[in-house]
Amino acid sequence: MKEENYRTIVMRPEDSVAVALEEIPAETKLTVTLPDKKTKEIIVKETILFGHKFAIIPITGGSYIMKYGEVIGKALRDIEEGEHVHVHNLEGVRGRGDKIVGN
Amino acid sequence: METNNEGKFLGYRRHDGKVGVRNHVLILPTITCATQAAKQITELVHGTVSFIHQHGCAQVGVDYEQTFRTYVGLGTNPNVYGVIVLGLGCETHQARSVASEIAKTGKRVETVSIQDYGGTLSAIAEGAKAATKLVQEASAQMREWCDFSELIIGTECGGSDACSGLSANPAVGVVSDMIVEKGGTAILAETTELIGAEHLLAKRAKNERVAKRAYEIIKAMENRSILMGVDIRTGNPSPGNIKGGLSSLEEKSLGAANKAGKSQLNEIIDYAEAPTEKGLVWMDTPGHDIEQLTGMVAGGAQVVLFTSGRGTPTGSPIAPVIKISTNTPMFERMSENMDLDAGSIIDGKETVEDVGKRIFDEIGMVCSGKLTKAEILKQHDFGIWRIGPTF
Repeated sequence: MKEENYRTIVMRPEDSVAVALEEIPAETKLTVTLPDKKTKEIIVKETILFGHKFAIIPITGGSYIMKYGEVIGKALRDIEEGEHVHVHNLEGVRGRGDKIVGN
Repeated sequence: METNNEGKFLGYRRHDGKVGVRNHVLILPTITCATQAAKQITELVHGTVSFIHQHGCAQVGVDYEQTFRTYVGLGTNPNVYGVIVLGLGCETHQARSVASEIAKTGKRVETVSIQDYGGTLSAIAEGAKAATKLVQEASAQMREWCDFSELIIGTECGGSDACSGLSANPAVGVVSDMIVEKGGTAILAETTELIGAEHLLAKRAKNERVAKRAYEIIKAMENRSILMGVDIRTGNPSPGNIKGGLSSLEEKSLGAANKAGKSQLNEIIDYAEAPTEKGLVWMDTPGHDIEQLTGMVAGGAQVVLFTSGRGTPTGSPIAPVIKISTNTPMFERMSENMDLDAGSIIDGKETVEDVGKRIFDEIGMVCSGKLTKAEILKQHDFGIWRIGPTF
């Protein structure tokens, strides 16, 4: 496993994801700085492209995913710490006309 | 170029007291059928601008009013010295009605109607002759020192990526607060791209009425996709947004709301409506870049700040658009279109406040005459938000 530090950002204490500020290769063990200045070691499970997110805590399927201290969507399934969080496992909950019964 | 950082720029004082940062003669086609003739006039006469559109006929009710308001707003924008309103003759949106509204501001207005002048060629000749006169008058007007309190700044983000909410949008938020502090007006728009962030803006509303309206316009926008039975994500976030790391509309909205800085939200206005208050104002527009840009310019914005993560050439025929990149790789890749880079925040080389100050200085330069990339490239985008069917 690679142990190198990559630049990431966690916006608010409530957040469940970090944003990669540079591309992070799969299977990298890195240190994420949290908003309270504490750090946390996370093993990134897959390649995270610049600007993309990864989970900094385990997220249960169906629960809200937080960024900026606010809800950015729901987990479509359980997401492990260090997993890429994107449209394959997160879905927006607003403006969902397709979810209305009868449509 | 000399600009005074104490909050002054060199602008054009108009008859109604407003200040322009450009001195255009606008050829305003009130109907699709007149857009080609309008374009021909701009090719013949230096100093004129125009735009191509699909509107002006068979529109009814609120849709008719919105298009009419947009035409009048564009004609009365302070960046416009004078207007040639070019109609066909038989259309719903009559050129004379538009012209008489514009004339109320004391602006020079001429009306040309293709059916009255015997056809396209004669109308072009008539319009070009009238435009020549106006351009010469306009060119004799000198710039004078004006205050930032006389500015209405439009703010916009397009082709967003995950950096938008971290770099360029917060930097524009700093600028928005600076403009408000100097007594000017900053317009926040893109109602679609504030879905999921409305509670944060409502908390900053001047009073209950404004807070209530914030929830109402968000609900109306969200209901459009719900009534159509579609997932709003098929259009927003866009494929480019998703590639850039944005996963949902809510995530995009929370980043977009940063453009509004921290000021109190004083007013919520309709599409293409002029603000009646100074300070931070929210215009109800769709997220579509060109439609919302047109709405803000029709509302009187003299200059627009446009942040982008993916890169876009967007510009307006009437107002300079300052393009700000959210990340340095894109700024380098799209240097032909981008004016400033906020990617230095991501790289840890500058703070959000540093970039805000840089954007503010650029506004002073651009409002005094420095051309933006979009202006140099004649990126004259135009689009009206159509809200009703055509009959």
